[in-house]
Amino acid sequence: MQEKRTYLDNAAATRLDERVMEAMKPYFFDTYAVATSEFAYTQGIEAREALDAARRTISQTLNANPEEFVFTSGGTESSNMALKGVALALGKKKGKHIIVSKIEDFPVLHSAEALERQGFQLTYLDVDHEGFVSPDRLSDAITGETILVSIQHANQEIGTIQDIAGIGNICREKGTLFHTDATHTFTRIPLDVGKMPVDLITLSAHTLHGPKGVGGLYIRKGTPIAKWMDGGFQEFDLRAGLENIPGAVGFAKAAELVTGGENKHLQAMRDHAIDRILSEIPDTTLNGHRRQRLPQNVNISFHYIEGESITLHLDMHGFAVSTGSACFSRSLQGSHVIYGIGGDHERAHGSIRITLGRYNTMEEVDAVVQALTEVVRELRNISPLGKEKRKEEE
Amino acid sequence: MKFPYSETVLEHFRHPHNVGKIEDADGKAIEGSPACGDMVSVYIKVNPKTKTISDIKFESYGCASNIATGSIITELARGKTLDEAKKITWKEASDALGGLPKIKAHCSVLAIEGLRSAIQNYEERHGLVKEKVPTTVDIVRKRLKKVMNPISGLDLVRTNLVKDVALKNGSARVVIDLPANHQFAPAIKEEITEKIEPLWDVREVVVEFTE
Repeated sequence: MQEKRTYLDNAAATRLDERVMEAMKPYFFDTYAVATSEFAYTQGIEAREALDAARRTISQTLNANPEEFVFTSGGTESSNMALKGVALALGKKKGKHIIVSKIEDFPVLHSAEALERQGFQLTYLDVDHEGFVSPDRLSDAITGETILVSIQHANQEIGTIQDIAGIGNICREKGTLFHTDATHTFTRIPLDVGKMPVDLITLSAHTLHGPKGVGGLYIRKGTPIAKWMDGGFQEFDLRAGLENIPGAVGFAKAAELVTGGENKHLQAMRDHAIDRILSEIPDTTLNGHRRQRLPQNVNISFHYIEGESITLHLDMHGFAVSTGSACFSRSLQGSHVIYGIGGDHERAHGSIRITLGRYNTMEEVDAVVQALTEVVRELRNISPLGKEKRKEEE
Repeated sequence: MKFPYSETVLEHFRHPHNVGKIEDADGKAIEGSPACGDMVSVYIKVNPKTKTISDIKFESYGCASNIATGSIITELARGKTLDEAKKITWKEASDALGGLPKIKAHCSVLAIEGLRSAIQNYEERHGLVKEKVPTTVDIVRKRLKKVMNPISGLDLVRTNLVKDVALKNGSARVVIDLPANHQFAPAIKEEITEKIEPLWDVREVVVEFTE
């Protein structure tokens, strides 16, 4: 096995930043009390202050009021809360129609499917070959019964960034609520709720070198949303459960640590990787848009070979990446995102996702491209596909 | 650190044995397709006197278990008589590899089927098929079990997509319970045709969809 291991799956999870851990530490060992009101004991008041400060930091990043942000256990819970909370609040009053895109991540997609089984009507909007939702199609899909539109800010696999302002304006004109899953864009791409007509936003700390198990939901003031998990009165009586104060503090610290310079560096590594792979390895297809994409995301299909074989070989070279191949997934289904953009099985099975983070370097990008070149050549030698075409090219 | 794959699987995956094509093969077969995510080609040379497999090569489009199984069956089959090689099971291949994950059974069973089909191909081409059994609905259904339903990764029969099978004057009609404009309809149709057409008394294959 390889000595040095290079992690290039930062959309799945990220390495915690030491500074985040330092910020969290006191809330494990000193100020570990529940967040109480000012009428209880000192430790509780300190815990409350830490939670409020973390809430202020994250709200400011979105240009929101602190009262509009609740902490959750992560992006999955936030999206469940947005879809099911709005469905509970408006299903009987206004209507039962919800619109999502076909390439949403599983928390939104599977919440939508769960609501469909409960009698809600769902529209799964098609996207174009680069992953964009068509504003006209969206506009046509909204009816008087539509209670919520949920379209992600950027895609988890192919990195395509949607026109959130445009989509939000349509929703506003038509009088329906708009939720966006910003798990992969928060702090990477500006999202200002003062300018963007968005009502609900899913966030998570795990994509920005923060801790796992903490995230949040932005809820614009006045948005009808029901409490769907019962218990205590925490988080403005919207989300029951003991507050995860070290998590909240870590999330806020992680959000503070992301800089414009870091995002530029991610983008430079992304562009370098894409340019090199597409120009140096034949029979490759970029999945998603060349520029309207997450600064940290590379997703390329390698024709004639299968992704699990590529990832395993790369692992032996010391690189951790992800694939949209059916063989790799627990469900044995190819990537719904690649199918959603009109890709065939071979394109889904042969897709490799590289997602960059704070601790990656340009040298590592060059090294993974080098390893990919070798692995792809080896696997194509074994494959019965594409031999004639490749012979012609030689 | 423990992978779901045994060391032997990883070794065969890293350095597969007997990879490639035999240009003047005596028997050859392709099992699977890019649509179902895995594909194996098997080529054999047969000693006409002893009816033993004198050379065997394979090619694989697939995951690690597919590549490793392809590699191990070439080792298991080389030197065996056709009748012996036909009897090699998935279990034997899996045992020789130190065990394969159950979830990967459908990717790895293809190599076994590839070997059997290559032998069958040799026998058909060399007039060795003893009795030509007339094709029945059951035989067609059995072959349909080798066609994957890409929606679930399981076969068409097991996922209840085969609504009807009928045989009449050499025409095999298969009705699939999917709309004709379904994303996977063309791929499924192509695969069914590939599997049913080689039956000796089938003249044409008609695949119909329910809507």
